[in-house]
Amino acid sequence: MTTSGNRLSKAVAFLFQRVKASALLQDNRLLASGNQAPVAPRATRMVLPRGRMPHASVILLATVVAIFSLVPLGFIGWVTYDVGWETVKTLVFRPRVGELLVNTVLLESITIPVSIALAVTLAWLTERTDIPFGRLWAWLAIAPLAVPAFVHSYAWVSLVPGMRGLQSGVFVSVIAYYPFLYLPVAAALRRLDPAIEDAAASLGLNPWRVFFRAVLPQLRLAICGGSLLIALHLLSEYGLFVMIRFDTFATAIVDQFQSSYNSPASNMLGGVLVACCLFLLGFEVLVRGNERYARVGSGSPRPADRRRLGWFVAPAMLLPVVLAALTLGVPLVTLGRWLYLGGTDIWRIEVGSAFLQTIVLAVVGGVLATIAAAPMAWLSVRAPGRFQRVLEACHYYVGSLPGVVVALALVTITVRLVLPLYQTFATLIVAYVMLFLPRAMVGLRASIAQAPVELERAAMGLGRTPGQAVRQITMRLAAPGAAASVALAALGITNELTATLMLSPNGVDTLATKFWSLTSEIDYVSAAPYAFMMIVLSLPLTLMLYLQSKRTAGQ
Amino acid sequence: MKIALNRFSLALAASLLSATALSGSANAQDEGLVVYNAQHESLGREWIDAFTKETGIKVTMRQGSDMQFANQIIQEGDASPADVFLTENSPAMTLVDGAGLFAPIEKETLDQVPDQYRPADGMWTGIAARTTVFAYDKTKLTEDKLPKSLLDLQDPAWKGRWGAAPAGADFQAIVAALLQLKGEDATKAWLKGLKDNATPYKGNSVAMKAVNAGEVEGAVIYHYYWFGDQAKTGENSKNVGMHYFKNQDPGAFVSVSGGGVLKSTQHMKEAQAFLKFVTGKAGQGVLKDGTSYEYAIGKDAPSNDKLTPLADLNAPKVEASTLDSKKVVELMTAAGLI
Repeated sequence: MTTSGNRLSKAVAFLFQRVKASALLQDNRLLASGNQAPVAPRATRMVLPRGRMPHASVILLATVVAIFSLVPLGFIGWVTYDVGWETVKTLVFRPRVGELLVNTVLLESITIPVSIALAVTLAWLTERTDIPFGRLWAWLAIAPLAVPAFVHSYAWVSLVPGMRGLQSGVFVSVIAYYPFLYLPVAAALRRLDPAIEDAAASLGLNPWRVFFRAVLPQLRLAICGGSLLIALHLLSEYGLFVMIRFDTFATAIVDQFQSSYNSPASNMLGGVLVACCLFLLGFEVLVRGNERYARVGSGSPRPADRRRLGWFVAPAMLLPVVLAALTLGVPLVTLGRWLYLGGTDIWRIEVGSAFLQTIVLAVVGGVLATIAAAPMAWLSVRAPGRFQRVLEACHYYVGSLPGVVVALALVTITVRLVLPLYQTFATLIVAYVMLFLPRAMVGLRASIAQAPVELERAAMGLGRTPGQAVRQITMRLAAPGAAASVALAALGITNELTATLMLSPNGVDTLATKFWSLTSEIDYVSAAPYAFMMIVLSLPLTLMLYLQSKRTAGQ
Repeated sequence: MKIALNRFSLALAASLLSATALSGSANAQDEGLVVYNAQHESLGREWIDAFTKETGIKVTMRQGSDMQFANQIIQEGDASPADVFLTENSPAMTLVDGAGLFAPIEKETLDQVPDQYRPADGMWTGIAARTTVFAYDKTKLTEDKLPKSLLDLQDPAWKGRWGAAPAGADFQAIVAALLQLKGEDATKAWLKGLKDNATPYKGNSVAMKAVNAGEVEGAVIYHYYWFGDQAKTGENSKNVGMHYFKNQDPGAFVSVSGGGVLKSTQHMKEAQAFLKFVTGKAGQGVLKDGTSYEYAIGKDAPSNDKLTPLADLNAPKVEASTLDSKKVVELMTAAGLI
C-alpha cells in the first residue's frame, strides 16, 4: 500500500514536473538542488532543533486527513461485510462482471501501448530533433488536456455518429489522454545525460539501437508513471465511454445507481473497481523496477544535440500535424459548428450561472484540497518516516478511486449518519478534496522540497518559533507550487461529472452536469456553450500548469 | 513577506466566504418547493415555470431518474428534502407508496384525472402518459416484416437486429408491465432474448438515433422521442417509422407518469397546489402545446393533435399501482442487463 501510494504520487507528479520522477520523489533533495551534489541525508531530518512539538501537531493534522481519506474504502468493506458472502458471490461472480472485466482489460491493454508509442515518438520529435516549429508542436501536444475527455467524445460522435465500442473507446481515450504521457516523457528526454548515448554510439551502435538500448530504458520511469495515470483515468472515466457506448465498470455503476440508488450491486461493482485500481498500482511497481536512474556526482549534463531530420522532415511533420488536427481540430470544428447552428439562442442565462457555480466549486475545492494536503506534503519532505509513509499512502490511494465510488460512499454515509450534511455544498467539497488530494500533494511536495531547510533554521536562529519559521519561510517559498496544486485540482473539479451528479445540492448545476443532461437528450446544439465554457475555464489552468512546470524545472 | 501572507489569507477568506454564500443559497432557506424531477428536465422545467408564474411560489428542481429517486426518498425517510416527486413511469411511485411515504392527494386533484390513470387509493396520481412503440428503419423493414408482438423479439431470428435502453427507468416500466401480464418465467425468457439479441443503448433518443443511422433495424422506445425529433430538425428520425403493437400486446403498454406529495413535506399546501396545477387545465395544456409530446391524461384534456389518440392504441390492461419495480431490477441484474 505504501509503495503503491508513492507510485501514484510519481505518476501524478509527471504532470507538471519536467524532472525525472525518481529525482523528484525518491530524493527530493536532488530536486531542490538541481543536479548538484545531494545534501547529506541527515541534514533534512534534523529539522527542528528545539523540540518536536510542531511535528506532533502536523502529524495529527495529517492523520485526520488520512482517516477521512479511508472512508470510501472502509465503506465498501462495510457493505461487503454487511450483505454477507452469499450476496457478494452472486453480485460479483456473475457474467456481467466478467464482461465488464474483459472490456476493461482490452481497453487498458490496447490504449496504453498505443499511447506510449505515440507519446514517445512525438516527444522525441519535439525534444531531440530539429523539426520545424518544435515549440509549437510541444504546446499543441499538451493543449488537449484543456478539453474534457467527454467533450472529446462528444465532438467525435457528432462527426462520426456511428462511433462506438472498443475501437472507438481506444481511439478517443488515446486522443484525450496521451498528453499525460507526453509531458513526463518529453521532460525526461530533455534532461537525459547525452553522455550515455555518446558512450553507446562510441561502442558502435547505430542510432536506432542507441535509442532502444540507451535512451528508451531511461524513459522507463516516465513511461510507467504516465501510463499509470492514464490507466487510472480509464478506470474512472464515465462520460467519454457512455457517449460512444462502451461499457466499463464506471458506466455500469452509474446504471445500477440510477436503477436502484445505492444498492449492494453498485457497491460491489465499486469494490471490483477498487481492486482493479490496486492491481494497476501494484503492476506498475513491478514493471518499473528498482534501478537507479539518478545522475551521480557533481557537474551537470550538457544539453543533448538535436538530430537532423534531413529528408525525413516531411513525414515527421505529418505526425504532429495530424495529431493536432485530431485532438484539437475536431473538437474545435464540431464545437464551432454547433455553436454556429445554435446562434445566440443557446446562450441562455443558465450558462452563466453554471459557469459561476463551477468556478466557485473549482476554486474552493482546489484551495481546500491544497490546504488539506499541506501537512502531509510538509511531513513527507521534512520528516519522512515509516508511519508518515502509511499516512501518505492514505492520501494517495483515494485519488485513484473513481468519483462514482467516493460519491456512493458519501451519499449513504450522509443519509444514514449525518443527515444535515446530505446534499450540501460541504459534502460535495469533501468529495472533491478526497478525489483531488494527490494532485494537490504533488505540487506542494515538490515546492516544499525546493525551499531550503537552512532558511527555516536561520529564521529560528533569529528568534522565530518553528511554526512561524514554517509559515513565513517555507510556505512563502512554496506558494508557486501551491498555486499549481490549486490549478491542477481545480482543473479536475471543472471536468468532474459523476460525483457532482450524485452529491450536488439542489439547484446546483455545473458546466459538466448541464452539458451532460443536454447531451443525453442528444440536444448537441444546446450543450455546445457548456462545452465551450469548460474549455475557456480549463485553458488558463492548463497554461498555468505548463508555466509552473517550466519554473520547477528551472528553465 | 507579510504582504504576501496577508494576500494569501485574504484570498482564502474570500473563497471560503463565497463557499458559504453558495451553500447558503443552496440550503433550505430560500429553496421554496423542492421537486425531485425524474421527468425530462425540459418538461419539468416547463411545468415549474408555468406554476411559478401563476402562483408566485418558488420551486427548486433536482434532476434524476425514476428508480434512483424512489430509492433515495426511501433512504431519506422523514428527513427527505423533497416535497414533490415526479416520475416518467409508475413503478417508482409504487415503490415510494409501498414505503408509506406519500401523503394522500387532495380530492380536487384526483377528480381531474380519470380512474384508469391513477391508483385506487389516491396516494399519487397520473400526470401524463406515454406508449411503447417499435421504432423501425423504414428503409429496411416493411409492414409484413415487423414483429407482431413484443415477445417476438426474443426469437433468435431477431439477433443483432434491434436495440433498447435497458438501464433506463422507461424500459424497466415496460418490463414491469410484461411481468404483470405474462408472469416471471416469460419475463425471464424475454430478458434473456433481449440480452442475446439486442444492442443496449443509453437512453431512448440514442436508441432511436441508432435506428435512424441504420445500426439496428428497430428499437423498443416510447413514442414521443420520434415526435420530439420531428418537431425539431428531424435529423435523428428521418428514416424511422413507428410501429404500434396494439392488440393488447405487452408492447402496446401505456405507461403512466406519476406525481406524489411526500408525507414529510413542510410545504403541504404548496405541494398539493403544484400537483393540482400539473393535472389541471394549465398543466395538461403544457403537454398539448409544449415540446414534450407526451399524452395528456386529465379529464377532457386534449393531447397534441399529432399523436395517435390514446383510445386507439388498444393497450393491455395493466394495474399501474402494482407494477413491481424491485423484482424488475432483480431480474434485470440477474439477466446481466444492468
